[in-house]
Amino acid sequence: MTSPNYNTAELVAVMSARFLEDGKIVFGGAGMPLVSCILAQKMHAPTLTILFEGGVIGPHVEIGKMPPSTNEQRAAKQANMLLSITDILLLQQRGFVDYGFLGGAQIDMYGNLNSSFIGDADNPKVRLPGTGGANDIASLASKILVAMHHEKKRFVEKVDFITAPGYLHGGTSRRDAGLRAGGPYKVITHLGIFGFEEKSKRMCLETLHPGATIEEVKARTGFELVIPKKIEYTKAPTDEELRILRELDPDKRYTTPKAE
Amino acid sequence: MGSYLELREFMDKKDRGLRRKVMSLKDAIGLIRDGDHVASGGCHYSRTPMASVWEMIRQGKKNITYSRSIASTEGDLLLVGDVTKHVMTSWFSPGVTWGVSRVMRHYTEKKLARYEEWSHMTLGLRYRAGAMGTPFIPTRAMLGSDLFPRLPDIKQMDCPFTGDKLALIPALNPDVAILHTQRCDEYGNVQSDGLPFMDKDIAMAANKVIITTERIVSNDQIRRAPDRTDIPFFCVDAVVEVPYGSMPHECYGQYQPAFKHMDYYVKLMMGKGPDGVKEYLDQYVYGPASWNEYLEKIGLANILEATNEGRGIYND
Repeated sequence: MTSPNYNTAELVAVMSARFLEDGKIVFGGAGMPLVSCILAQKMHAPTLTILFEGGVIGPHVEIGKMPPSTNEQRAAKQANMLLSITDILLLQQRGFVDYGFLGGAQIDMYGNLNSSFIGDADNPKVRLPGTGGANDIASLASKILVAMHHEKKRFVEKVDFITAPGYLHGGTSRRDAGLRAGGPYKVITHLGIFGFEEKSKRMCLETLHPGATIEEVKARTGFELVIPKKIEYTKAPTDEELRILRELDPDKRYTTPKAE
Repeated sequence: MGSYLELREFMDKKDRGLRRKVMSLKDAIGLIRDGDHVASGGCHYSRTPMASVWEMIRQGKKNITYSRSIASTEGDLLLVGDVTKHVMTSWFSPGVTWGVSRVMRHYTEKKLARYEEWSHMTLGLRYRAGAMGTPFIPTRAMLGSDLFPRLPDIKQMDCPFTGDKLALIPALNPDVAILHTQRCDEYGNVQSDGLPFMDKDIAMAANKVIITTERIVSNDQIRRAPDRTDIPFFCVDAVVEVPYGSMPHECYGQYQPAFKHMDYYVKLMMGKGPDGVKEYLDQYVYGPASWNEYLEKIGLANILEATNEGRGIYND
């Protein structure tokens, strides 16, 4: 098969954008998530509203001028409203926010995310920067999208530390812990789209991206995925999606694959 | 931080009259005592009260507990400057594009300092509960996470109305708040532009409030737009005019970060770790005779570039 005309980061950005529906509200983090949100607005969701943790409702992000942080003035330009950080994050608790868009150093089979410690929290190998708003978003937004490069060191059986809760230990454990709403919705990697089984809450393969194989997915996942009997494939990024994506991020600052 | 009645007693004794509070940066930071909890306004590399941080290091403050919604390079400086061994925040590194702070890693991984990790919203709720004079605020965040059991001051309860499980986020009443703003009058009426961050809650929660401001404006000017006042004068203990007081971080509508200086700092910090930051402190914090001299060292070209870009927020 001929090699694709897009890189793996562009693939993840496009696939993520397709899940963002019109008329909804999304917490968009800096970098690739923001690119996906704007791509969705341009493609099929013109009234999708973006929120930034720094306190921004509905900013106007200039083409090619993506803010590198969501807590700074470039992220606030021509917004509808600026709120305090506490208040913007509280919008989720009331139910205003449909999607949270997260990443992390590790994810596990129940969609828990770690951005705090690699290794034992009391004697960490690496102290990571921390949760920021990820815990709040994972606890309170209606549906969580996780966009990640698919690597074995990132897709682990059990995260070293639950910074942002997914379905905790599976089954009803998330609800039992008091997290009444929300939870991981889709995990989007460069190999496929993953969801969560209704009862067990285990991560399951939904579709493979064009060119990806079950073998590669298994080799790059540190736990047993639920694999459907019949494998469906994702529709490849269209020329239109790629054209807009490249307009948004002309220098590929946010859509260059990270070295493994 | 004492009990509720101690908080009230402190407030009772405070002169809350409409009086002039303008003073030097040195005198303002003199209000901070060793061992105090100092909460900082702004977020990340925005509206950081950098001049106050800078002066705290110069005065050799010790055993400060430092809290901020997100800590950036100023957190590194306070650790290496031996001002704090206890940082309370939700995220700690210079910025996403600059990688994980080697200083934060060094101090926390070697257990030289404690990084007490709260989620962004729940740290905000701590200040808000403090501002409200209530002992805690219930929330549905933090439950089920591994952050919860590591925190000494967080509890869980079943809601007496609904039975829902709730996390109880305790009030935080800092001894001192350090905040930077675009404008403020001599009494301490603060009018900030742009992203509000957590400044208002921090000011209302703290026992003492130190405001550094890009410029001091008249009380008449404040009164022409009282709806724009974020922090009332009676919260405030000190007003210091410090132009470019967030440098090399940004101040909304006034200047963007001095990115070249940030790049220079991050390269030094990531390259040499705490030793690199010691060099930086010698050159930029202990060395200069004044804040203006510090700005001179950051350089006119860097500052003008940051100013041009920063004012651009008001362009159509």
